[in-house]
Amino acid sequence: MDGIHPTGPAARGLAWATALYLVLPILIIVPVALTDQRYLSLPQDGISFQHFRTVFASPEWLGSIWQSFIIAVCATVLSVVAGTLCAIGCWRISRRATDLVRVLMLLPLIIPSIVYAIGLYRYFGPLGLLDRFAGVVIAHGVTGIPYVVITVSTALAAFDPRLEQAARGMGASLSQTLRWVILPRIAPGIFSGAIFAFIHSWDELVMVLFIASRDVFTLPRRIWDGINENLDPAMAAVAVLLVLFTTLLLMADRALRRRSEG
Amino acid sequence: MTAAGRPGIGWWLLILPALLLLLVFYIGPILQVLAISVTEPEPGLGNYERIFTSESVQRVIITTLRICLITTVLALLLGYGIAYTITLASPRAKGWWILAVLVPLWISVLVRAFAWVTLLRRQGLVNNTLINAGVITEPLPLVWNEFGIIVGMVHYMVPFAVLPMLASMREIDPRLLAAARGLGASRGQVFRQVFLPLSKPGILAACVLVFIFSLGFYITPAILGGGKTLMVAEWISLQILDLIRWGLGTMMATMLIFAIIATLVVFSRIVDLRRIFGSGA
Repeated sequence: MDGIHPTGPAARGLAWATALYLVLPILIIVPVALTDQRYLSLPQDGISFQHFRTVFASPEWLGSIWQSFIIAVCATVLSVVAGTLCAIGCWRISRRATDLVRVLMLLPLIIPSIVYAIGLYRYFGPLGLLDRFAGVVIAHGVTGIPYVVITVSTALAAFDPRLEQAARGMGASLSQTLRWVILPRIAPGIFSGAIFAFIHSWDELVMVLFIASRDVFTLPRRIWDGINENLDPAMAAVAVLLVLFTTLLLMADRALRRRSEG
Repeated sequence: MTAAGRPGIGWWLLILPALLLLLVFYIGPILQVLAISVTEPEPGLGNYERIFTSESVQRVIITTLRICLITTVLALLLGYGIAYTITLASPRAKGWWILAVLVPLWISVLVRAFAWVTLLRRQGLVNNTLINAGVITEPLPLVWNEFGIIVGMVHYMVPFAVLPMLASMREIDPRLLAAARGLGASRGQVFRQVFLPLSKPGILAACVLVFIFSLGFYITPAILGGGKTLMVAEWISLQILDLIRWGLGTMMATMLIFAIIATLVVFSRIVDLRRIFGSGA
């Protein structure tokens, strides 16, 4: 719409103020992480990387980062496999029943995680999944399915169903059709879903607070304890690393989308 | 299997893993929450009676509703400004604006709460700067109260308000605006009489989305409220983890689910819900 109807000064001012409100508080953690002081503050006599060194020398922080990473990878695999197959099935069958399945798949986005977390706390007890790696992977994997279902369904909406029918008509089995016809076409949607499912698990705190305690101690859990107990600049260093990591993942997603569009 | 064109049993099998996972590991735990709320400490609706008799339960509900309403209004107002500017921006500028909305959306909610604590606490950057500049002598109480919660929550919710509004504004035909201008309407009139009414579906969708996300929000209110201002989610966690009152905790969790479903049902009559979740990812 450029040029036809430019925004007025009031709208422009509001938009700029909001953008600054969104972005500046996140950027402020960068100078705080580089402070030369021992407490949370802006650098006074110059910048220092000591707090990053503290994080990289701490077995606790590194252990939690590694644990979070492995959990997120496993949970993403679970979400992507289940979510992609489900989205393809719903797309191909496309009846009332599958509309219901799709709505069901959205529930983890709608129901607050606190409700699910207290449910899991009781549910996992008898199953022996409390404070277990597998328990957290299942919880994160299941709640990551909606992201994959949404992105894959969006990709499928642009896919010509006659291609699938042609493949089947020429004698391809269901698995051959999936492998050679459908999956290559929707790969960008699957990758997007995988990235979102990964970030979902990597950042997830509420469930972890209830179903994990000692053996499984993820990065968000350690940050949570840090915020509540000792606010030191090492926390800001961790926050900066997290922001960098998330930004890299999002840039990967953008690049993939651009390549698939271009 | 079956003739091409009619979906066979194989396609149904594709749905099965996700469906089983969801039923066993999602619906199961949720149903258990509903069940506990009417069976513990004793069978019956005793826990629900507390909504009418317990002052602390009522206080939590009222505080939550108040904070959610304020958050929704502010997030919608700020989000509308951004969505409007994005819609009318040049393609190049559009990319940057969208980045400013999407990057905060995906950055860890913990990181953002931590950033706000750094800025707003007593010896925080805002108070220190104001004191050094001589504007104030005593630090302002900016966090660990309702003000802090709202600042952090609005920050979290603005992107969720922008996305559905942006999706609906994209459908507005720019020629309508040009035509209104050509017919002699001022910029303000074009906005009030053409753009604003046409963007109403997006506003409603954003309203529902922000409100239901705010209702059950846990992390940001817990960190920025400092345990003094309790919202529903933190109250539930307190009942379960500290007071071991499963009946009360699950009762409130059940109420939360029903409040969210009721909001969705009411709004589904006036707004297409696909607008809300179609643009979520």
